[in-house]
Amino acid sequence: MNFRNSLAVSTLALSVAIVGLPANAETLRLLTWGGYAPEDVVAKFEAETGHKVEVTKSNNEEMIAKLRATGGGGFDLAQPSQDRIAGPQEEFGIYKPVDMSKIDTSLFIPSMLEATKGNTMLGSDVYGVPHVWGTSGLVVDTAKAAMVKDYTDLCSEELTGKVSYRLKRPTLIGFAFAMGLDPFAAYGDEAAYTDVMAQVEAKLTECKPVVKTYWGGGDELMGLLRSGEVVASMAWDTGGWKLNADNPDITFVAPASGALGWVDTFALPAKGKADEAAYAWINFVMQPEVAAMITAAAGNFTASQGADEFAADDLKARYQASFPQEAIDNIKWYPPVPAGLEAIEGGVLDRVKAAN
Amino acid sequence: MRSEAKLGLILLLTPLLLWLSLLIFIPHVDMFLVSLRERVGVGEYKISLANYLTFINEPLYLHTFLRTAVMSILATMITLLIAFPVSYYIAKIARGRTQSALFLLCLVPFWVSELVRTFGWMILLRETGLISNLLQFLGLADGPVEMLYNDAAIMVGLVYTSMLFMVVPLVTTLESLPDEVIEAGYDLGGNGLSVLREIVIPHAAPGIVSGCIVVFMLSLGNYLTPTMLGGKDSLWFTELIYSQFIVRFNWELGAAFGFLLLGLSSLIVWGMLKLTGQSLEKTMG
Repeated sequence: MNFRNSLAVSTLALSVAIVGLPANAETLRLLTWGGYAPEDVVAKFEAETGHKVEVTKSNNEEMIAKLRATGGGGFDLAQPSQDRIAGPQEEFGIYKPVDMSKIDTSLFIPSMLEATKGNTMLGSDVYGVPHVWGTSGLVVDTAKAAMVKDYTDLCSEELTGKVSYRLKRPTLIGFAFAMGLDPFAAYGDEAAYTDVMAQVEAKLTECKPVVKTYWGGGDELMGLLRSGEVVASMAWDTGGWKLNADNPDITFVAPASGALGWVDTFALPAKGKADEAAYAWINFVMQPEVAAMITAAAGNFTASQGADEFAADDLKARYQASFPQEAIDNIKWYPPVPAGLEAIEGGVLDRVKAAN
Repeated sequence: MRSEAKLGLILLLTPLLLWLSLLIFIPHVDMFLVSLRERVGVGEYKISLANYLTFINEPLYLHTFLRTAVMSILATMITLLIAFPVSYYIAKIARGRTQSALFLLCLVPFWVSELVRTFGWMILLRETGLISNLLQFLGLADGPVEMLYNDAAIMVGLVYTSMLFMVVPLVTTLESLPDEVIEAGYDLGGNGLSVLREIVIPHAAPGIVSGCIVVFMLSLGNYLTPTMLGGKDSLWFTELIYSQFIVRFNWELGAAFGFLLLGLSSLIVWGMLKLTGQSLEKTMG
């Protein structure tokens, strides 16, 4: 079946190539997350436009590090989160402005497009448009750890050796909110932010004996939760929903202090060579039917207007179970991270890791 | 004729020189310059020793540094203790096909990547893993036993990963020791211990030292094994370097750490050579 499909696609691609429809076919080097460029979408795009796509899977930090190493070269389109664009752009100059006239804005949910434009703006230039959004919060085995309602509940002693979270910035932010602090309000003030982080550091150090391990990758966490070695953790919503499909007890819980909302964007690396293909890709994947294919692969919803109608019913049901209206209103969206904050957080994370 | 020979020499040397200068020398110089930069504002840098001062003033970094060195030395010693009898058996006692078969057995685990081997250890050691289940089945443990995420697990991983690099040089040097010399030792009234001390170990010294150097360097520079098996308490110096570069975007501090690690490993290897009275030419030649 698969073979036949790919045969059909390649025949189609070949005939397109022979007819020579697009005279200016380009290769799009896409730097993205796992699941954001599924094979069926890539094949459809290549058949329709004639451009070729090379996909590299990565994460926020690696994307920035890679682009920084080359001064914004090596890739034609990247997908960092919206809060991680303005800071690195100001510091390293790794992106070029998005030409909004080449983007079909009618495909986007207007409020999300405006918010992302605002957050990724430097001077009068816009550096990012939204693609996929989601939240991070708690993934809990409700049969064994139903009392976990907020990040700080991950410190309960009765869960000793059954808890896992990442030692990364979302954990710091999440704990700060659960402790009644407002880290986002302190973003602009280094002294205030250092103070917030010092309190979080004390809490995380105190909680360390309860933690089984700090997970590094999504697959590692899935393994820990599936085997039952971990019953409560901090993770992305899709992780919880995926596990829910296998084991109805495990699901994503929006924390009482608010889930943390992120939006992954499209941004153009400064030395990208295939802008034509990059804009074509953006306009292609934002079409509702294609966006729904990406939602099916990644598990997260997109900023595409009207794509919800095409989404699978079971995913919608899980989303609604985890997010009643008040939980949606309570989502804390990440504001842009000012340059330099990472150093403060880095020190905290290193010290927590070293604590006994 | 002479100029032809000279041309030949230049042509033969060019790939090596290109390799050394482009891939090793120039990147290191660049890295050193980066390590001397200090960020003073958005996109602004000045030359200073601030990164090296950070290392000295933050006890955590110094602690991690020493911990990495001590654990690596310990791993090297354990590897030597396990590998020596194994190599002696392969080189001196086993014969013919058994010898090749045993040597092959040491080699087999290295046909898969380090990642897969480390995952293998995770499957064995984890709470729902093989050993834990076996202990419960035998009635030796009441509940699941967690053997992962501690220093012992890191040590097991490091020793396992570097075993081959100790066995190979040891087997080579031990094979070059004629059996008659050992027999002569016994004929002259030596016992097992004195023959080992007076004949076998001195003869194998270059192999021991070169094996130790390789294993020590591999352990010190290992990233995967400590991170995966150590879990929340791993704390390895290479991990700090990685996080400075990738997670914190602090290349300046990461570069300084890299140079400190280079200095530390060179210092310890030099000390080891001095201590054992070996020279680099003797062990590597």
